[in-house]
Amino acid sequence: MGILAGKKVIIIGDRDGIPGEAIKACAESAGAEVVFSSTECFV
Amino acid sequence: MKSVIKGAGYILVHTPDMVLHNGTTQTTERIVNPDGEYLKELPSHIRSFDQALSYWPNQVYIGNKTPDDLAAVEQPWYDKTCDVNDRYGKFGQIMPQEEFLLLMQACDVFDLVKLDKDFVAANKPALAANPIMDESILARIGEGIDGAEVARLVNEEHSEGLYHNGTLVGCVNRAHDIDVNLSAHVMHENIVSKASSVMALLSAVQNAGISKDEVEYVIDCCEEACGDMNQRGGGNFAKAAAEIAGLNNATGSDARGFCAGPSHAMIEAAALVESGAYKTVIVTAGGCTAKLGMNGKDHVKKGLPILEDMVGGFAVVVTQNDGVNPEINLEILGRHTVGTGSAPQAVIGSLVTDPLERAGLKVTDIDKFSPEMQNPDITKPAGAGDVPQANYKMIAALAVKRGDIAKADLAKFTTEHGLTGWAPTQGHIPSGVPYIGFAREDLLAGKISRAMIIGKGSLFLGRMTNLFDGVSFVIQKNSGETQAAGVSEEEVKGMIAKAMKEFAATLLAQAE
Repeated sequence: MGILAGKKVIIIGDRDGIPGEAIKACAESAGAEVVFSSTECFV
Repeated sequence: MKSVIKGAGYILVHTPDMVLHNGTTQTTERIVNPDGEYLKELPSHIRSFDQALSYWPNQVYIGNKTPDDLAAVEQPWYDKTCDVNDRYGKFGQIMPQEEFLLLMQACDVFDLVKLDKDFVAANKPALAANPIMDESILARIGEGIDGAEVARLVNEEHSEGLYHNGTLVGCVNRAHDIDVNLSAHVMHENIVSKASSVMALLSAVQNAGISKDEVEYVIDCCEEACGDMNQRGGGNFAKAAAEIAGLNNATGSDARGFCAGPSHAMIEAAALVESGAYKTVIVTAGGCTAKLGMNGKDHVKKGLPILEDMVGGFAVVVTQNDGVNPEINLEILGRHTVGTGSAPQAVIGSLVTDPLERAGLKVTDIDKFSPEMQNPDITKPAGAGDVPQANYKMIAALAVKRGDIAKADLAKFTTEHGLTGWAPTQGHIPSGVPYIGFAREDLLAGKISRAMIIGKGSLFLGRMTNLFDGVSFVIQKNSGETQAAGVSEEEVKGMIAKAMKEFAATLLAQAE
């Protein structure tokens, strides 16, 4: 398991970068517990 | 018959005081960090009207410079002066704040906007000299009230202040004592959207060379909501703006989809015209006060001027095919579906390569792609990167994957099929549609044959779904057929006469 295993994670994704949902899928596959995830827009 | 794009209008309003008083980055900071450095520093980073006029991307937006001209100017642009600083352009204009505050009052039909009478007297002649204004709009401007009464309304009646050069010159009153949907803040936001939409409508009608009475339907695609506590988003911005613009034969409705709204609305307009439901439809949108100074903290931190000081607006006139103007091809539509997913590759696949695949076209068959045309001068210092470039890189990567271009041509693809962003970060305003005016000209001049307009929207911001959204459509050179083409009445009469003669001849032959 990676460095995120067993860690609680807060995710702020960027709609013009990597969306929160995609980061969440990656983090969970690495064993993290995602406590909050959203995607924000700055444009 | 496919519908055509008869003309477009693009307008900007320089609103420096609204940056300070109405942009959400600033209003939020005033609540959470009122004594912070940002609010102290901010006023010294505000641009003058002349600076806004000589800003390269603004001159591109109103059509005095082209995207190609802009691409040839080395970035950043905020420290360069454009050699054209005209407030009027072939697509529209850049309006100064003082004129716009008067236009807001003209667009208010519930006696909510109150202006200081001295301010009105000083600025009405300038608005009257504006070529898109007419008597019916100017007649709506009242004499104004005492400055002391304006101050009382702001201090005691929850009115939203209207400022110019830091001075209180008017206010927007609340439209209800309790209903937050009709608060002074919401009414201010909605009247700004409506007034900038009116500017765009008037510019588009003028540029298309049509009469106001020809317009049968208006679709508003901004990102605001108007309604009261019993119907928060009841609408209808479209008809409200059409009323002030004098489009007396039009009805209308609002289409919403965050930044994808304009592309959805364009497809709907094209479908309405192509089906014959309406002959002339205008898609319009005003701008957004909340987004003013949205990335201001980064701009101030890096010593830049506040570049998000412009309220934007646009309108596109869609009519029946005239055999000349560029056609909207509804046979090539991209759509991000519920099942598409949010990965950037999946999004661009659904909007670009999937529709082209269905139409049997290659990515290179589209001469120009217009995705999100945000000005990189604004987004790069804020850490959001160059948004159009990011879109082009993904389109190019998918083109390589399909074998439409060689991997070695990735960089060339962006230059040849892409555009440099010039639109203000006003959400729906930069989304695909800023290029429609230039695309129409490029198609008419034969410089290009097809352009794809791509709109994308962040639905998750409404907290109703985590889904992304987007739609795309293609504008193409007119095939030359007109609405009247095909078989004329005279030809039909001739054909019937010929058939009857032949029938008679057959009967005579049989009789003999």
